[in-house]
Amino acid sequence: MEKTINLKINGTAVAVPDGTTILDAAKSVGIVIPTLCYMRKLNEIGACRVCVVEVKGARSLVASCVFPVSENMEVFTHTPKVLKSRKTTVELLLSDHDKKCLSCLRNTNCELQKLSRDLGCDEAKFGGETNAFKSDASSPYLVRDNNKCILCRRCVAMCAKVQDVAVIGANARGFKTHIGCAFGRGINDVPCVACGQCITVCPTGALTERDDSGVVSAALSDPQKTVVCGTAPSTRIGLAEEFGLPAGSNVEGKMVSALRMLGFDKVFDINATADLTIMEEGTELLNRIKNGGALPMFTSCSPGWVKYVETYYPEFIKNISSCKSPQAMFGAVVKTYYAEKNGLNPADIFTVGVMPCIAKKFERLRDGQSAAGAGIPDIDAVLTVREIARMVKRRGIDFNSLPEGRFDTPLGVASGAGFIFGATGGVMEAALRTVAEILDGKPLEKVDFKAVRGTKGIKEAVVKAGGREIRVCAASGIANAKAVLEDVKAGKARYDFIEVMTCPGGCVNGGGQPVKNAVQLNYMDIPETRAKPIYAGDAKNKIRKSHENPVVKVLYDDYFGAPNSHKAHEVLHTVYAARKKYKE
Amino acid sequence: MLFRSHVLICGGTGCSSSRSKDIFAAFEEGLKTQNLDSEVKLVMTGCFGLCALGPVVIVYPEGSFYSKVAPQDVPEIISEHIVKGRIVKRLLYSETVKQDGIQSLNETNFYKKQMRVALKNCGVINPENIDEYVARDGYKAYEKAVTTMTPQQVVDEIKASGLRGRGGGGFSTGLKWQFTKDAPGDKKYVCCNADEGDPGAFMDRSVLEGDPHSVVEAMMIAGYAVGSDQGYVYVRAEYPIAVQRLQVAIDQAREYGLLGKDILGTGNAFDLEIRLGSGAFVCGEETALMTSIEGNRGEPRPRPPFPAVKGLFGKPTLLNNVETYANITQIILNGAKWFAAMGTEKSKGTKVFALGGKITNTGLVEIPMGTTLREIIEDIGGGIPNGKKFKAAQTGGPSGGCIPADLIDIKIDYDNLISIGSMMGSGGLIVMDEDTCMVDIAKFFLEFTVDESCGKCTPCRIGNKRLLEILDKITSGRGEIADLERAEELCQYIKDNSLCGLGQTAPNPVLSTMRYFRDEYLAHIEKKTCPAGVCKALLKYTILPEKCVGCTLCKRNCPVGAISGEVKNPHKIDQDKCIKCGLCMERCKFGAIVRK
Repeated sequence: MEKTINLKINGTAVAVPDGTTILDAAKSVGIVIPTLCYMRKLNEIGACRVCVVEVKGARSLVASCVFPVSENMEVFTHTPKVLKSRKTTVELLLSDHDKKCLSCLRNTNCELQKLSRDLGCDEAKFGGETNAFKSDASSPYLVRDNNKCILCRRCVAMCAKVQDVAVIGANARGFKTHIGCAFGRGINDVPCVACGQCITVCPTGALTERDDSGVVSAALSDPQKTVVCGTAPSTRIGLAEEFGLPAGSNVEGKMVSALRMLGFDKVFDINATADLTIMEEGTELLNRIKNGGALPMFTSCSPGWVKYVETYYPEFIKNISSCKSPQAMFGAVVKTYYAEKNGLNPADIFTVGVMPCIAKKFERLRDGQSAAGAGIPDIDAVLTVREIARMVKRRGIDFNSLPEGRFDTPLGVASGAGFIFGATGGVMEAALRTVAEILDGKPLEKVDFKAVRGTKGIKEAVVKAGGREIRVCAASGIANAKAVLEDVKAGKARYDFIEVMTCPGGCVNGGGQPVKNAVQLNYMDIPETRAKPIYAGDAKNKIRKSHENPVVKVLYDDYFGAPNSHKAHEVLHTVYAARKKYKE
Repeated sequence: MLFRSHVLICGGTGCSSSRSKDIFAAFEEGLKTQNLDSEVKLVMTGCFGLCALGPVVIVYPEGSFYSKVAPQDVPEIISEHIVKGRIVKRLLYSETVKQDGIQSLNETNFYKKQMRVALKNCGVINPENIDEYVARDGYKAYEKAVTTMTPQQVVDEIKASGLRGRGGGGFSTGLKWQFTKDAPGDKKYVCCNADEGDPGAFMDRSVLEGDPHSVVEAMMIAGYAVGSDQGYVYVRAEYPIAVQRLQVAIDQAREYGLLGKDILGTGNAFDLEIRLGSGAFVCGEETALMTSIEGNRGEPRPRPPFPAVKGLFGKPTLLNNVETYANITQIILNGAKWFAAMGTEKSKGTKVFALGGKITNTGLVEIPMGTTLREIIEDIGGGIPNGKKFKAAQTGGPSGGCIPADLIDIKIDYDNLISIGSMMGSGGLIVMDEDTCMVDIAKFFLEFTVDESCGKCTPCRIGNKRLLEILDKITSGRGEIADLERAEELCQYIKDNSLCGLGQTAPNPVLSTMRYFRDEYLAHIEKKTCPAGVCKALLKYTILPEKCVGCTLCKRNCPVGAISGEVKNPHKIDQDKCIKCGLCMERCKFGAIVRK
């Protein structure tokens, strides 16, 4: 049995398990102590000092986020001394902060700003020298502005511990300390996987996506262009939070209406091309199994993961499915099949991926992403959930009162299998629904493969179909994926098919999703919360399997012939190449 | 082999940098040409302590203490002293010269009041020769511990001795050993903090340079006591001689079967490795030191968990500093009682200080705890040079504070120093005379901490910077009276809120100077003057027309052309152009230029 510790917090008796921090003990009796740097299990560094409390008998104030309770401890969480200390800490942070709140993307959604307000800070209390860092806009996906950075190192912890790529860290020391890449390189010149997890945990505006809303707005007002967008499965979930709705709400209809109001000529659903992906990827898997191709096969939907393999494990490139991601398939289908059908010049079509992801901004620039010919990219621009929300607000659209819109045809009908692409294990489950049925040669008795569901970092299952076993694994977060790769490399694990989503929990928790504040990070299971409506949507859908999606059938009948056909390869598949970690 | 004479040449850092190696070579060559190399033994030792008089050469059996020796003096020492037995009086340290010959070094003021425990072998043996260490009871303490004592008895002995950490904190060493011993874990580490970084401190460096085996042996004993088979010594790379001699010592100990597996047939295993630090002051903080050994950026981590429970690589770790370890063998050999008989009630034993600043005998001294500051400065240190007045002493480096002249009779021990707002620190003792500006001193130390802050926690990273800016404002003549209150408030905040000891103690130099020398702060703020004449911005050089003869020397020497005037007419300084370098005043032969 776990030992119970008895202590007093602000005079109230509290009993908590041994090992509990003062922060959690206080939370258990309804006292919220503010934090900035703390992330449970990931960033327990006690650096920002915003969470300090008084402990009777202690020499100095202690950081409640990392200080364990002890028997008969007496804690005071909001004494005048504590409040003054917190206030001074925030005022000191503000003294070396650019304080350009009015033009900051995180205005009203900034933890520093909120703390400053809550603690009654005077932003001009301390004058003095300020750092003037150059911002890093070297990549097509993110921007770092260290003049807004408070050195909480949440980004560093995500990069090192969750993603295990550790391309950012503290440089210099003392007052000049700043977060960046080794030797002052830009993020584009180091082996970053472009996941954007750093952005979603940044408490301030120091890390943001490269904002492409301007490019899209320009296209929308260009009469020459047919502007078409496709929305990834999890965007309709994340978007809710940008408009004040609780996490885990599904706002598909309002999202479609809003996009239409923004001026998109067609609003398509990438869930549909996710179904198409299953047809291609599932067939590829069956062929690899049948023809002795490279196994295990890896999914290729997550561009951060693809970049990771190309950079860190090039020996596994042959294992990655040659399928384009659902976003790229959407762009490719629109600029080939859809253009032909509607008599449009593909060069006049502007395709926009609406994504929970910033790596997709990188992916669209990869080689082999222009099915309609050189110079005509499958995808012209990628907008994250955050950028879409920004555009909606800018256009004065009252999102929450919008009617429930419906996607345009043909790419507007999708199966539940396509929807669950948004959560870890979803691609795997969707693939199994199709592959197992093909192998069995008869309709599945149960379409749910619950073994691959849930937010666990690594999930395994053995599925029996067609008289054989298919060994599968789903991992999310690069650190987990790396562990799987190492096991495969060492021969410790044998799989036929591995799904990897770069972000922990999958796209619901993608780098393009709404940012999470300290409370959400430490007291909520965001991936789990956002995944719920996806599985609910899948369960409600009359079509549960990708191969039963009528649109997919039409696409093959009308255009591609069969999965993995020559035409399909030309339009829906791509190539990979080893990448150097560092440019010379 | 027996020698008729021993020539000890100091190979400490100070003497080394004033060419003691060349002196050694000159002796080697000179003795060879005189065919005396088999009769006279040359020894390169560690620091003798009296660095101000270096390079130092001592010739035994007479014990003649030659100071400020140059390589060209060596032939004379050989031909006169070694060959003819006539001591070269002109080179003798004046205090050792007596009418009827020379007096023992131990009778001189510098050494008389010292008591050498940690420095027992420094300046006595060749640190690169394990046999010389063994001849001075070396490795006997380890033998005694492992053959006659249980690990718990070893810990009890250290506890009973009352030894407290010599690195600054002053925590009970025995308790630290007990905690590490009691911590569950199959792998434990023993670490040595040799990252001495206080400006002006060189105690640990001298021990490693002069007696590295004492640290190796103590760590072996610690390994036995707490149940560890692996030790690390974290030394700053800026200490090349210390690093080299320690490595030699480790290699020799390994060769003699003292490190490795099955030591002396006892079945015990212990090995040592050196880890080089890159000179970050913060790496002297225990958790930062361990983080650095692990290969990460040297930054402190929150405590608890304490290193004794979860330290290096997450394992229970014992960490002591060099001087602490240097006491261990003596405690084991002579017993806790012997050690506890030295010092004061709560501070036992001796303490090594690096005496520096405005003091005649700059050097390394080891005194029993409880010695007064006056004894250190006036007797051992030989007082303040140039007839100046003693103003204050600074202990504890950037974490410590100033002791003003009226507290000169304070007995030096951990608790007394804390009670007056300073601290023992690792043992730097900087003496200041009337020409020292206390605001400037506070600024100097704070500048150091601001530079050395790792940047991890907010109070230290930004708070100390802002505090320094206030001091800057005051010393540049822009101070307001409210700045004092602001500074005090910020000091208290930084002490209360910083993550590690570096930040928590950084405001001490400011607080202690504000406490004892508030009038100087007020002079800077209210009168816009620096009483000690140090703070440039508050100084003004003026030419007294009644004294100026118009020789034009100042005008010709002024680097910025701030001085004007015709020959044989009084000159004038343009205050807007003057950069206050003081060159004019230095050059003026008529005392016509004054600084106010």
